[in-house]
Order: sequence, then C-alpha cells, then structure tokens
Amino acid sequence: MLSETASLVFYTIAFVTIASAVMTVSLKNIFHSALFLILCLFSVAGIFILCEAEFLAGVQVLIYVGGIAMLMIFAVMLTRQLTSFNVKQLNEQKALGSLVAFCFLLIALGAASKTLSVKGGFPLAENPHISGNTTHMLGNLLLTDYVLPFELVSVLLVAALIGAVVLAKKDEE
Amino acid sequence: MQVGLIHFVALAAILFSIGMYGALTRRNAIGILMSIELMFNAVNINFVAFAKFISPVEITGQVFVVFVIAIAAAETTVGLAIVLLIYRNFKGVFVDRVNLMKW
Repeated sequence: MLSETASLVFYTIAFVTIASAVMTVSLKNIFHSALFLILCLFSVAGIFILCEAEFLAGVQVLIYVGGIAMLMIFAVMLTRQLTSFNVKQLNEQKALGSLVAFCFLLIALGAASKTLSVKGGFPLAENPHISGNTTHMLGNLLLTDYVLPFELVSVLLVAALIGAVVLAKKDEE
Repeated sequence: MQVGLIHFVALAAILFSIGMYGALTRRNAIGILMSIELMFNAVNINFVAFAKFISPVEITGQVFVVFVIAIAAAETTVGLAIVLLIYRNFKGVFVDRVNLMKW
C-alpha cells in the first residue's frame, strides 16, 4: 500500500496518463497525437517513480520521450497529407475495434481483481519497499544474471539500426 | 482510498485497452505505431508494479523493463523505416491503401 499522499499523486498521474492516451488514439491531427503521446510517456515515468524505479523513469524520459517520440514526430513531418482535417483517420473497423478493446478491458480487470482477491493465493510482499539503490541493483543484475540477454539486446539493436538504414535509404537507380 | 497493486494493474489494463483500440482502428501507420507504444508502456507499468509489490528484494521486473524498452526502441526504428518506405511507394501512409505485397 502506498501512503495517503502517494495515493493522491497516483490518482492524479493515472488521470493524466489515461486522458492523454485517449487523446493520442482519438485526435484527428496526428501531430497533436504525437504531442499527447509525449505527455502520456512522461506521466508513465511518474508512475515508475511511484513504484520506486527511479532509474527506469530516467530511461523512460531519455529513450521514449527523447528518442522514440522525436522519431515519431520526424516521421509525421516527413510524410505529408496527414494533418489535414478532412482526411479520415479511422478505418471501418471502428465499432468492432472498440468492442474488442472494451471486452479485453473487462476480461483483464476481472481476471486481475479475481486473482488478487484470493487470500494467500497471490504472494504479495509484506513490506513492498525496495531497499537500496535500484540503479546499483539493476547494474549488478544486468551484468551477472542477465548478461546473456543484455548482450543479445545489443546485437538486436545493431541489427535494427542497420535494417532501418537499409530500408530507408533511397534505391540507387 | 489507498493505492495497492490492483490500482496499478487496473491502470495498465486501461492503458493497454486504449492502445489496442488505437492499433485496431487507426488508418495512419504512424498512429498505429504510437498505439503500440502505449501498449508497451502498459506492460512496463505492470512489470514495475509487480517488482515493487511482490519481490522488492530482487527487482527482476525492472530488469525486464530495461529489455522491453530496448526492444521497443528497435521495433520503432524498423517500423518507422517501413512507414517511410510505404510513403515513398504508395504516396501515403494509410494502411488500408497498402494492399499489395509486390507488383
């Protein structure tokens, strides 16, 4: 359980997250969507801080806001005819898509509340407080227990980089 | 009301559903990529919340978030390169117009 103040902060950040996420998927102007996506990513960083993941909050701001969202805005600017208001932004699956998403939400919430309400069925920690420096612990874990996935991810990043360059460069005629 | 694990999980579920709605209904390929980022973030919220509330001694959940963020970055790079390629070949980024693999 979080303290009273932290709970209030959580509700505020959660409201901002959900509202900006709704704006991201519903706005007609894709550039405004990208800006609301940045707000949503920032508030997710706030959620990370509430969960005592300070390093990940920093990583979230650096990589998502500084990298991925900027990349999105670049792509929006490189591709024309997107921001005009008379272009239809939703496809014909609008009703079906919202139905599927809503059903998924109901199933997920129901499963979560059922699972967490079982007494003793879910091994919740007695004192949910991460003691110690999470950055230090993450560094230790990444270079001991998880060193193989860590190296594999670096290979994947290089492959993605080269693949993106190969895909996006102009064909030589 | 004090916030527990269920609130974080509920927030993640709502965020994931919003992302799923966007991914299913957007016509714009960049909009679909943004919705996928929302879904990644929902999963990350779940990981850090479980790391805090279930195993605060070893923070395995946070290690996974590092990998999820790295793979999301790789995915977005390749995805946006593909979007630029689609834009060049089809003169638009609306995925319902992209109905040819090769011609």
